[in-house]
Amino acid sequence: MTTKVYDAENPVVFLRDRTRWHWAEALPWIVAVAIFFLQPITLNLGVQILITIIFALSLDLILGYGGVVTLGHAAYFGAGAYVTGMLSAHLGWNEPISGLLAGATVAGAFGFATGWILLRYHGLALLMLTLALGIMMAELANVTEVWTGGFDGLSGIVIDPIFGIFENDLWRRNYYWYSLIATFFVFLACRRIVNSAFGRSLVGIRENTERMRAIGSPVHLRLVTIYTISAFMAGIAGALFAQVNAYVTLDVLSFARSGTILIVLVLGGTGRLYGAFVGALVYILVEDELAKEYPAYWELGLGFVLVLTALFFRQGLLGALESFVRFCKRLKA
Amino acid sequence: MTGILEVRGLYKSFGALAVTQNVHLTLEAGARHALIGPNGAGKTTLINLMTGVLKPDQGNIFLEQRDVTNMSESGRVKNGLARTFQINQLFRKLTTLENVALSVSERLGKNHVFWSQAWRNSEVLDEAMVLLKRLGLQSDALTVIEELPYGRQRLVEIAITLGLSPKVLLLDEPAAGVPSTETPIILDAVDALGDDIAVLIIEHDMDVVFRFAKSISVLVSGAILTEGTPEEIAENEQVRAVYLGESLDA
Repeated sequence: MTTKVYDAENPVVFLRDRTRWHWAEALPWIVAVAIFFLQPITLNLGVQILITIIFALSLDLILGYGGVVTLGHAAYFGAGAYVTGMLSAHLGWNEPISGLLAGATVAGAFGFATGWILLRYHGLALLMLTLALGIMMAELANVTEVWTGGFDGLSGIVIDPIFGIFENDLWRRNYYWYSLIATFFVFLACRRIVNSAFGRSLVGIRENTERMRAIGSPVHLRLVTIYTISAFMAGIAGALFAQVNAYVTLDVLSFARSGTILIVLVLGGTGRLYGAFVGALVYILVEDELAKEYPAYWELGLGFVLVLTALFFRQGLLGALESFVRFCKRLKA
Repeated sequence: MTGILEVRGLYKSFGALAVTQNVHLTLEAGARHALIGPNGAGKTTLINLMTGVLKPDQGNIFLEQRDVTNMSESGRVKNGLARTFQINQLFRKLTTLENVALSVSERLGKNHVFWSQAWRNSEVLDEAMVLLKRLGLQSDALTVIEELPYGRQRLVEIAITLGLSPKVLLLDEPAAGVPSTETPIILDAVDALGDDIAVLIIEHDMDVVFRFAKSISVLVSGAILTEGTPEEIAENEQVRAVYLGESLDA
């Protein structure tokens, strides 16, 4: 006897309608708006969380859906940050929205060029190559001091008020909304992409690349496409980061940033988009709390959280929640 | 005489090991051809060469008179050449219906579309469901593959390939690993394939071969030993010595 994972009268209708909006999907946005009004955390921290969500979402597209593991995703975050920053610092391109899109576009183009080569490889070779790419980018930014400010960082970034009205105030009241709206658009795009036939074919590639080739799928092209989109979104996160802080350092390209975003996503759960929300929220809150309580060895506590996740919640926190809900439903039935 | 799939003078070596040596093979439209041979004769390698997973060292492959030797794997599939795998290659975490829908969707060129929602107008799912019904899999439509018994999984393996509406179908041991009680389901599925499809089957089980095939090629050490009708092959002393052994006498 086989167990049916889903039970439905009409399988076609069930699968067709599975991508419809669920009421629970309103939750993260309600929470985000509530944070603005109730401010249980500072809005500055909120902005950090939102930027991390965008970055994690971009990673989820390639890792959670395409099955591409990377240790160099900060390269595209950094590209977005530096391009947006340099446009302002050197060329006086201070308009925020076009500056953001310009940074993201360059990051996307860079993702396309590098992805074309990187994605010919997989497994350990790909992991090492993405790692090398990240390190090379950081080194490149270090030596091109004239443009990037090198080790001292890129200063002189001036961002105009959004629509000429909303300034980057010290409490981040305006930039919280700016980041939230950006997050919402990025999320909408991601959700549409993963629920499209293209998105389903990415899952096919993740589950069985050889079979996808055997049914006539141009696997390399598909992966390069999603890699480019992912790099564009990572660029948005980086550009926001540069605009919020009005300052860019080599840190945006660091290996630690690539590693951290991977941890954030795995913590929340890969291949489900909302994992990026849960992971970013939990990671940054825990980091913030631990850093306040134990300034000297907060990373130890974070490591402990990660070990627990890896041991007991293989599917991430969200995966664990899903299993729990399914378990409760079975008890009821 | 020209066939729908033709292999001419194919060679392939892995280092010093010659796995394919001067193989010629022609499949006519509607063919039911079996490829038999002892383990390690190079049968699966030949399929990998025909489908483009491997590149031959020498020789050509023609699909409907068109030279596809340098065509990509996906290009050949688009031109009507499809295969099943000896060891299941399925999307294990997806449902049966989604497994088949992926191939239908790929054939219809919908998998490029990344803006509109998948299967919203259910054309793809409806077609996949028809295929599932044909193979008696409809009750498993929403079962995740890894929860299916092996015999049912073998059927999904075939269903995915049928979703591509192939002109030439290469079946790599479709009944391998299936308990004998369930082999009839697989064989019925193979029997029910349309006359317009040319089928090449690799199989070890001689009952299956003689029930199914109208012609047989015997592959030994990478080379075609002989070709003929099932009767001719059964009578061939050389084949009996090399491969069939006593299994036919028994």
